[in-house]
Amino acid sequence: MNLRRFSLIAVPYLWLLGLFLIPFLIVFKISVSDIALSIPPYTPTLELSEGWGGIKDFFSQLDFENFEFLATDDLYWKSYLSSVQIALISTFICLLIGFPIAYGMANAPKEWQPTLMLLVILPFWTSFLIRVYSLIGILSQEGMLNQFLMWIGVINDPLTILNTNIAVYIGIVYTYCPFMILPIYATLIKLDGSLLEAAEDLGCSRTEAFWRVTVPLSKAGIIAGCFLVFIPALGEFVIPSLLGGSDTLMIGKVLYEEFFANRDWPVASAVAVILLLILIVPIVLYQRNEQKMMEAEQ
Amino acid sequence: MRRLTWFNATSLTLGFAFLYIPMIVVIVYSFNESRLVTVWGGFSTKWYGELLQNEAFLDAAWVTFKVGFFSSIIATVLGTMGAYVLVRGGRFYGRTLFSGMIYAPLVMPEVITGLSLLLLFISIGLDRGMFTIILAHATFSMCYVSVVVSSRLVSFDRSVEEAALDLGCTPFEAFRLVTLPIIAPAVISGWLLALTLSLDDLVIASFVAGPSATTLPIKVFSSIRLGVSPEINALSTILIGIVTIGTIAASLTTKRAVARRQREEQMAEQSA
Repeated sequence: MNLRRFSLIAVPYLWLLGLFLIPFLIVFKISVSDIALSIPPYTPTLELSEGWGGIKDFFSQLDFENFEFLATDDLYWKSYLSSVQIALISTFICLLIGFPIAYGMANAPKEWQPTLMLLVILPFWTSFLIRVYSLIGILSQEGMLNQFLMWIGVINDPLTILNTNIAVYIGIVYTYCPFMILPIYATLIKLDGSLLEAAEDLGCSRTEAFWRVTVPLSKAGIIAGCFLVFIPALGEFVIPSLLGGSDTLMIGKVLYEEFFANRDWPVASAVAVILLLILIVPIVLYQRNEQKMMEAEQ
Repeated sequence: MRRLTWFNATSLTLGFAFLYIPMIVVIVYSFNESRLVTVWGGFSTKWYGELLQNEAFLDAAWVTFKVGFFSSIIATVLGTMGAYVLVRGGRFYGRTLFSGMIYAPLVMPEVITGLSLLLLFISIGLDRGMFTIILAHATFSMCYVSVVVSSRLVSFDRSVEEAALDLGCTPFEAFRLVTLPIIAPAVISGWLLALTLSLDDLVIASFVAGPSATTLPIKVFSSIRLGVSPEINALSTILIGIVTIGTIAASLTTKRAVARRQREEQMAEQSA
């Protein structure tokens, strides 16, 4: 192997090993350590100077106590479950809103499509934080949404939306909607119109043709969109902490608070390890779907 | 076949209204005279003036810019190398691990990435500050660059590269003279993506930033927690404006480049 090829591979490889894999191993290690009143605030720390005895000593002190603690404390169970629930429901609402938009875009006149595409991509590039922020003013007690609802006479008194779980749902749907629209649009635009005509010629109604031709053929895009919303929504921190209330339980927020407010590093690390374990299944399924889409294209 | 039915027109109108009304409200209220964010008190640009005098925001913006600049350059170089290794690198020991490490950060929750990098920096005793934010941002952005660039590398005709090698180019010359110009648009969009990701990032930066370095998102986040304010509206408007101009300019440039390439291909076919 020549030196050039070796260094081409080695530089990004070592970078990722050092700044992605090793940090993660450290998280795992701390998750099986115990909290301590020292700097760093956990024990044991590896003392290589003590030689083999030190290493043996180090390993004998590791245990799964933190995971047992997570399993017994209601707070963690509830926040895992409520994160999964919030992420699932928001993904579903995203699909309900995103699919018609993608469908409308794919069926719009051809000369409109670049502009419509631009309109979906624009929020995508706009700061996430600013988009969450823009909802605060709308959802507050005297905000636009309440003013509008009172003006059309649906309600008489302003509703409390901000700082509740409803605001978290709205926030996730609002910020992640483009992630749902784009992959669905990408599959719908490639759909061969003559297939729909064939279905109609063969006696399908338009609705039937939609459910039996369009939906199955856009399945890959729907699946990709759902994962692209579900995976980041599950570990979301910004939306629950800005839009949610004190009773909004999401695991990303719990992890952040465990680390910064309680300064319990071992428990925060254990929370991270479990969050990752929950995510591995959807991530693997997503990768498989992507591979299938790639193979279908070739 | 492509006609606008009432159903499609309604879903597009409602959909885009949903996506855009909140941002438009922020923009409109940034020109509000009144400090109250729900009452219209007349047109004014005074909040922009106050924003420009707020040194904490300006300092944070400068830090954010420096972090974005350096981290996106490192990410582009490393990410392009990574993409090249993935697509053209052939077999080597640990290839599966490598491609796993390229794709994993894309789906890794930010809280985990932030926590793990912070624990790394603490355990090797690196002082937290701008340098650690640059390292963290370069790491996750390089993966995005790799994905963008490798999709371009996969799709282009490899025989051009081989022709260059046959004609006596060294591998590096072939890369510089043939491959790089072809993948350049992907490298540029990867770089833009890396820059945007870095400028936007709140969660990872708030883990790895020490007290000495505050980025704009961290500053904005801590002031949003206290509620809506006209200064933040003004700041948001400026940022939305920059992104809008940038996105439109980028899409016009690509459109022109595509049109030129099509014209050139047609001419090449005609002359052949």
